[in-house]
Amino acid sequence: MSAPVGLPLWLLAELTYRCPLQCPYCSNPVDYAQYNQELTTQEWFDVFDQARQMGAVQLGFSGGEPLVRQDLEKLVAYAHNQGFYTNLITSGMGLNESRIARLKEAGLDHIQISFQASDPIVNNALAGSKHAFEQKYEMSRLVKQYDYPMVLNFVIHRQNIDQIDQIIELCLELEADTVELAICQFYGWAFENIQGLLPTKEQVIRAERITNEYRQKIKELNIKCKLIFVVPDYYEERPKPCMDGWGKIFLTVAPDGTALPCHAARQLPIKFPNVRETQLADIWYESPSFNQFRGDDWMPDMCQSCPDKERDYGGCRCQAFMLTGDAKNADPVCGKSPYHYLIEEARANSETPVPFEDLLFRNPKNSKLLNKKQLIPTRTVMD
Amino acid sequence: MSLPDLDHSIVPVWRHGYRFQFEPAQNAYVLLYPEGMIKLNESASIIGQHIDGQASVADIIKKVKAIFGDIPEIEQDIIEYMLVAQREHWIDLV
Repeated sequence: MSAPVGLPLWLLAELTYRCPLQCPYCSNPVDYAQYNQELTTQEWFDVFDQARQMGAVQLGFSGGEPLVRQDLEKLVAYAHNQGFYTNLITSGMGLNESRIARLKEAGLDHIQISFQASDPIVNNALAGSKHAFEQKYEMSRLVKQYDYPMVLNFVIHRQNIDQIDQIIELCLELEADTVELAICQFYGWAFENIQGLLPTKEQVIRAERITNEYRQKIKELNIKCKLIFVVPDYYEERPKPCMDGWGKIFLTVAPDGTALPCHAARQLPIKFPNVRETQLADIWYESPSFNQFRGDDWMPDMCQSCPDKERDYGGCRCQAFMLTGDAKNADPVCGKSPYHYLIEEARANSETPVPFEDLLFRNPKNSKLLNKKQLIPTRTVMD
Repeated sequence: MSLPDLDHSIVPVWRHGYRFQFEPAQNAYVLLYPEGMIKLNESASIIGQHIDGQASVADIIKKVKAIFGDIPEIEQDIIEYMLVAQREHWIDLV
């Protein structure tokens, strides 16, 4: 018997795929440039009404860069009045004091700002923008000044991992409440750039050790700052319980209204419903796409008989698809997967990285180029 | 069993950015914070309803006892709750 379907407690509203930055590890779909029919203000209000009715309570405003939407303040105010806890997940680009003040007035609960690096030159090179670091630094100061809880997020990869100590120092200087040191996950643009982004095992071990030393120091000094270190699954032998399970608590609505069980799922060969055509409750409870990987009936024998299936649900469907061509397969991170050699190859390749100049930056031009390429993987494993 | 040390005159307040609210869909009280949520059990929900930035620990004990009777465990539950909540940074004790 399968467990009852849970509530969509977490709604991620990807307001737009537009973004002034060009980070080569962006998790947006590589073909994002073709989805430009953004939901209107009124359509988002309708999504919020429906989701709140269904029990959604955490709401993330994301993108792209959500600040590109000039109606962001209206959307925040509406969601706040509905009882959502509202989170703005931003690069800080497009923020200024007047918007920070207006968002506060609208009831925004929390701001997460992402940095590329602690060093302005590295930061700006990764972001593909000359003034990004300065802007982010100033905005972080203002976010604290306006009394928001502040999370600083760093996507960590081989280009910035050796500066982890300076990164943590910067976060302490900016008085972050929480710091996410998230080692790059390989979806979207990051997957295209894996050989320039995946750190070596030695780099990861060192970064984790330094993070632990800072945790100790923070405790001794009684500083209220929490360091979260997200280990890359490419160095694990057991897969992650991706999204806490497919269609269990997370619901993403993409800029064009496509509803997804996670923001990376768009690349799967599945027809996902759109909020413009289908009510959210039908999408969540009834649609074949949201039911596709619920429970364990869909699992291959290898996962069906695995004692860990209740813990990790066979890992990530997108990673299984990207690496093996079949989303039903066990996530190749799993040491028992016949495709695990692909992960081992990626680890080995991290010793011979592609240079920074060869990274593929996320921008409309590259997106259109990639869209023409067939991205379906064609690897096979001999029994 | 002896109670852990806690000054009863201090006033607990939800930490900045933390919000306590009732969620009809879950039929439960929850504590919301940046990108996260904790579903509270019955006793934590009862105590949480009295954390208003005015009431001291002693006031909260008195109020909860007024509802449930003078049960000695109430005091212990409330003090333990405060210590856990402080350790997890849910509340500030001022």
